[in-house]
Amino acid sequence: MSWLLVLEQCLNGLQFGVMLFLMAAGLTLVFGIMNLVNLAHGSLYMVGAYFATAAFGWTGSFVLSVVFSLLATLAVGMVVEVVALRTLYERDHLDQVLATFGLILFFNEAVAMVWGRTALFTTVPKALSGHLQLLPGLRYPAYRAVIILVGLAVALLLYVVVSRTRLGMLIRAGASNRTMVAALGVNVRLLYTIVFGVGAALAGLGGLMAGPIYTVQPGMGDDILIQVLVVIVIGGIGSIRGALVGAVVVGMVDTLGRAFLKPMLSTTIGPAAANDAGPALASMLIYILMAAVLSFRPQGLFPAARG
Amino acid sequence: MRTPRTLALAVGFVALALVPVVAAALNQPFYLDLVRRIMIFAIAAVSLDLILGFGGMVSFGHAAYLGVGAYAVAIPAFYGVHSGFVQWPLAVGLSALVALVIGTLSLRTSGVYFIMITLAFAQMLYYLGISINAWGADDGMRLARRSQFGGAVDLGNPYVFYYVVFGLLVLLLWLGHRLIHARFGMVIRAARSNEPRLRAVGFATFRYKLAAFVLAGAACGLAGALLTNQTEYLTPSYMHWTRSGDIMVMVILGGMGTLFGPVLGAIVFLLLEDVLAAWTVHWQVVLGPLLVLIVLYARRGLWGLLAGRG
Amino acid sequence: MAEPLLSVRGLRKRFGGLVATDGVDLDVAEGETLAVIGPNGAGKTTLIAQLSGDLAPDAGTIRFAGEDVTALPAPERSGRGFARSFQVTSIFREFSALDNVALAVQAHAGHSFRFWRRAREERALREPARAVLAQVGLAARADVEAGALAHGEQRQLEIAMALATRPRLLLLDEPVAGMGIDESQRMVALLRTLRGRHTIVLVEHDMDVVFALADRISVMVYGRVIATGAPEAIRGNAEVRRAYLGEEVRA
Repeated sequence: MSWLLVLEQCLNGLQFGVMLFLMAAGLTLVFGIMNLVNLAHGSLYMVGAYFATAAFGWTGSFVLSVVFSLLATLAVGMVVEVVALRTLYERDHLDQVLATFGLILFFNEAVAMVWGRTALFTTVPKALSGHLQLLPGLRYPAYRAVIILVGLAVALLLYVVVSRTRLGMLIRAGASNRTMVAALGVNVRLLYTIVFGVGAALAGLGGLMAGPIYTVQPGMGDDILIQVLVVIVIGGIGSIRGALVGAVVVGMVDTLGRAFLKPMLSTTIGPAAANDAGPALASMLIYILMAAVLSFRPQGLFPAARG
Repeated sequence: MRTPRTLALAVGFVALALVPVVAAALNQPFYLDLVRRIMIFAIAAVSLDLILGFGGMVSFGHAAYLGVGAYAVAIPAFYGVHSGFVQWPLAVGLSALVALVIGTLSLRTSGVYFIMITLAFAQMLYYLGISINAWGADDGMRLARRSQFGGAVDLGNPYVFYYVVFGLLVLLLWLGHRLIHARFGMVIRAARSNEPRLRAVGFATFRYKLAAFVLAGAACGLAGALLTNQTEYLTPSYMHWTRSGDIMVMVILGGMGTLFGPVLGAIVFLLLEDVLAAWTVHWQVVLGPLLVLIVLYARRGLWGLLAGRG
Repeated sequence: MAEPLLSVRGLRKRFGGLVATDGVDLDVAEGETLAVIGPNGAGKTTLIAQLSGDLAPDAGTIRFAGEDVTALPAPERSGRGFARSFQVTSIFREFSALDNVALAVQAHAGHSFRFWRRAREERALREPARAVLAQVGLAARADVEAGALAHGEQRQLEIAMALATRPRLLLLDEPVAGMGIDESQRMVALLRTLRGRHTIVLVEHDMDVVFALADRISVMVYGRVIATGAPEAIRGNAEVRRAYLGEEVRA
């Protein structure tokens, strides 16, 4: 295997990692600030993908479909927060897990009722359908490159907002001292709804970008949710930095494992055995990584300082 | 005020024992099949409740052991070993082993980490299942015949199979009853109530919680062995995380921290699923919000409601 | 003097930028009652947590009966004779008062990997538990759910759970916190009966309680022990009065 191929797979890993980050950021913010475990976060990713696909069908404009999908997911997130999740902040994690599990069932089925159970296919917009010549001999799909750039931009933006702005200050204070924030005259309820909506929109952003390269189908958010949980366990819950590092590591390990484990194994244990063992091992790789991190640092790599 | 519960218990027990008789009289073998399936999930739910309701460990990966138990029956069968004396102990032993590994790693953490980690490891086993082509990958594989025990115990006979499952459920409830009132049970229940206090009086809580975790996994592995025999089919979807969610819902619905609550929960959940599914293919769109409502307004579960106030 | 039962050297614990204990040294002789006093935030509860093994120190050593126990977790320290009460009442609320104490007995009566026999029918657990409940004055409340006991009774129950482990060293974190005058007096009377029979480290705010019970007093301020001595000496120590009792230095 050439090093160009390795480099290309690294870029794919980074691209996947960035998608994971968009999900993990929202989930970890919502947990860090509202102390809510939202398993239905994957459903928002799915909803984002469906909205974008549908809007692209109606308008034919990629830009319009992106805008529509982001706003719609934001709205769905805020409605869900107000209707169902708001009352769960004070409940224990078991209640949160069960209630959001119920939401997953609802969303998966609701999507199937509207758009059917079969997978939808959507295409990469024309302007981004080409390839970029990154290096001599390395052409990389422009669309995937854009995903990487968007993800990194969001990471930077989130970092600046959380660490430098008044909103970020409130967010960090809300995490540790709810009554203090309320005493400053801030509407904590509204703040929470906004934070949840933004988290939802980030998940929707991940979903809408995923549409053209993965399949859009009911339950598509569930698989990525589990991987995002692994990201959060590795990175440390409640920490944006941990989410970013964890996401990139998991994205890389998963992608490279799937690409190279089989050929590497076939040189040692023979092609026949590698055919079976390769994919099986590759599918377990990120969980093994999680187990390893847990053994050494049970609170993850970047545990958020919580009182 | 134990009377309503005792009455419900007696009625339920007799009703379950008489189902085959009624099904035969009405010539409706479907009921036999349905109730047997319910009892298998009841075993899984009771095993989860041991750690969830009594031990306070919110494991969201309990379906993993259902799957391991199922594979422990189907894989030997695939290679021509049909003896239940091999398959069933293997199912119990292997799930105990898997629970030991997962428990050792996940019990180092607590709270939301524990939930996410148990969920992730269970899902890892699911992905492993769908990636092994030799054992059917995501299609799974048919079970050529049910576990063989020889003599009168022929699981091919639906009535015999029914009473085997019924007997195992009753046995599990009886063992569970002894366990939760014995020293071990006092320790895991106290761990749920106040773990720092338990450590302060001198209990190294980890080993007791781990032991409970392993016992629960082993019992659920048995349910998995029964489940492949029930469906005569193996599929990795037994391990899918939504299945873990289902089992957890049964426990909560029936009443966690009680022995009979999970049984009641399994009955109501699967009947509800059956009724809703007959009514609309989109039954989950009803079930989902229903779950949210149960969590918000009926935390004590049905068994708790039977007890009245207090 | 013989080696003290408990000997602490250079105990240090910080949380981020906050130093909770900053090089604490303590010696407690067998049978002695040492009171640790100090203003809020002085690090007293953190000290108890490190002594009991609930919190690992960043530096320093804890020796008990001639052995280094610094690395031992709480359950193992309990096995060696440590017992503690918590500042915020910590009991098994859903269990009866007798169950609470019986669990503490059970922890020191062989292993608990017993799955068959009813623990509530084991006389070896119930009888010692009843005796301890009687000792702290809760005999009549044995079958009441612990969560339903009055606040003062719950504090007594905490003491009972500690005593049921047959401790050599009692770590008491503000045993009269939140109590009314009557309850508080009853608790002091109870603790007085334990003086001399157990070695006690007592963290307390109420000076009347401290002077009623302590053989010696250590004063903690900002994570450091600034003075240790007999109650009378501490009462008269100018530095203590300035730092803790908040008195103005007269010019």
